[in-house]
Amino acid sequence: MVEHAPEHHITPLPVYFAVFAALVIGTLLTWYASTINLGWANTPIALVIATIKAVLVILFFMHLKYSTRLTWVVVIAAFLWLAMLFVLTFSDYLTRYWSIY
Amino acid sequence: MTVAAEQEAHAHHPALQHHFEDLGQQHEASILGMWMFLATEILFFGGILCAYWIYRALYPEAWALGAAQQNTLAGGINTLVLIISSLTMALAVRNAQVANRRATVAMLVATLIFGCVFLAIKTYEYNAHWHEGLFPGEHFTWHENPELAPKLELFMVFYWGMTGLHALHMVIGVGLLLWFIWRAWRGDFGPEYYSPVEVMGLYWHFVDIIWIFLFPFLYLIHQVGGHHG
Repeated sequence: MVEHAPEHHITPLPVYFAVFAALVIGTLLTWYASTINLGWANTPIALVIATIKAVLVILFFMHLKYSTRLTWVVVIAAFLWLAMLFVLTFSDYLTRYWSIY
Repeated sequence: MTVAAEQEAHAHHPALQHHFEDLGQQHEASILGMWMFLATEILFFGGILCAYWIYRALYPEAWALGAAQQNTLAGGINTLVLIISSLTMALAVRNAQVANRRATVAMLVATLIFGCVFLAIKTYEYNAHWHEGLFPGEHFTWHENPELAPKLELFMVFYWGMTGLHALHMVIGVGLLLWFIWRAWRGDFGPEYYSPVEVMGLYWHFVDIIWIFLFPFLYLIHQVGGHHG
């Protein structure tokens, strides 16, 4: 039997602490950004910060960065389906109320 | 079977299931399977989020008013609590990888405690909303602006539904952690076999990610202009 070398990646502690610090800073930034009125920009800013935080968690805490390509395919497919769900639904609902006169 | 063959057959790790070649393959299958489950979870929460965004586009005033009723401090502290719990969960996996049984147990216990702190703060918020009359139902009213009441009520449906489903996931996670603390204490996990802890971590971090989005979506909506809808 050929040994399927597991090659488990052990993340160095400083990486975990750096990601943790980034997540805390991101949380404080989200809160701070919500206290100032930036008009339409408030929502995209909150979304971008939340997405960056989620990507950090997925890559480092969930070890996707060190996972197999097949795992990458499943994760990317999940978000692709999510994108389809949003784009197709919004393309319907958000265009229903356009005035035609 | 000869004695030698029998020894050969039993030489493998006790956690290795017979349908896998080796622990590496078994580990990869566990991770892949968990991610497939999480893909369904992403779409499960995604559907609710999609509905949330459609109504938010339709009723921006009600959404801003609803967010203004939330306890931003409690929500913010809970976000930090969950992030700390994610760190301790990640450290639990790492300690299993480096064969530190006591530290694995300690980090799982810490994760459990932070998870319970989150649920306690959430319960405090739920209790406050209940007494403020912000639970959807037949008698839901908003005296300052009765016309906005049904739309505010809809926001609160999303609030209770989304945070409630998230809290349900937390409760399941806390239950799983109790089981994992017992297993880690018993010495089930080590550098060769820590897949269950890793999978537990995937679940816990996923629930953390959901909250990372729920916090700005439900607590931090800014009133933009006010001429939409």
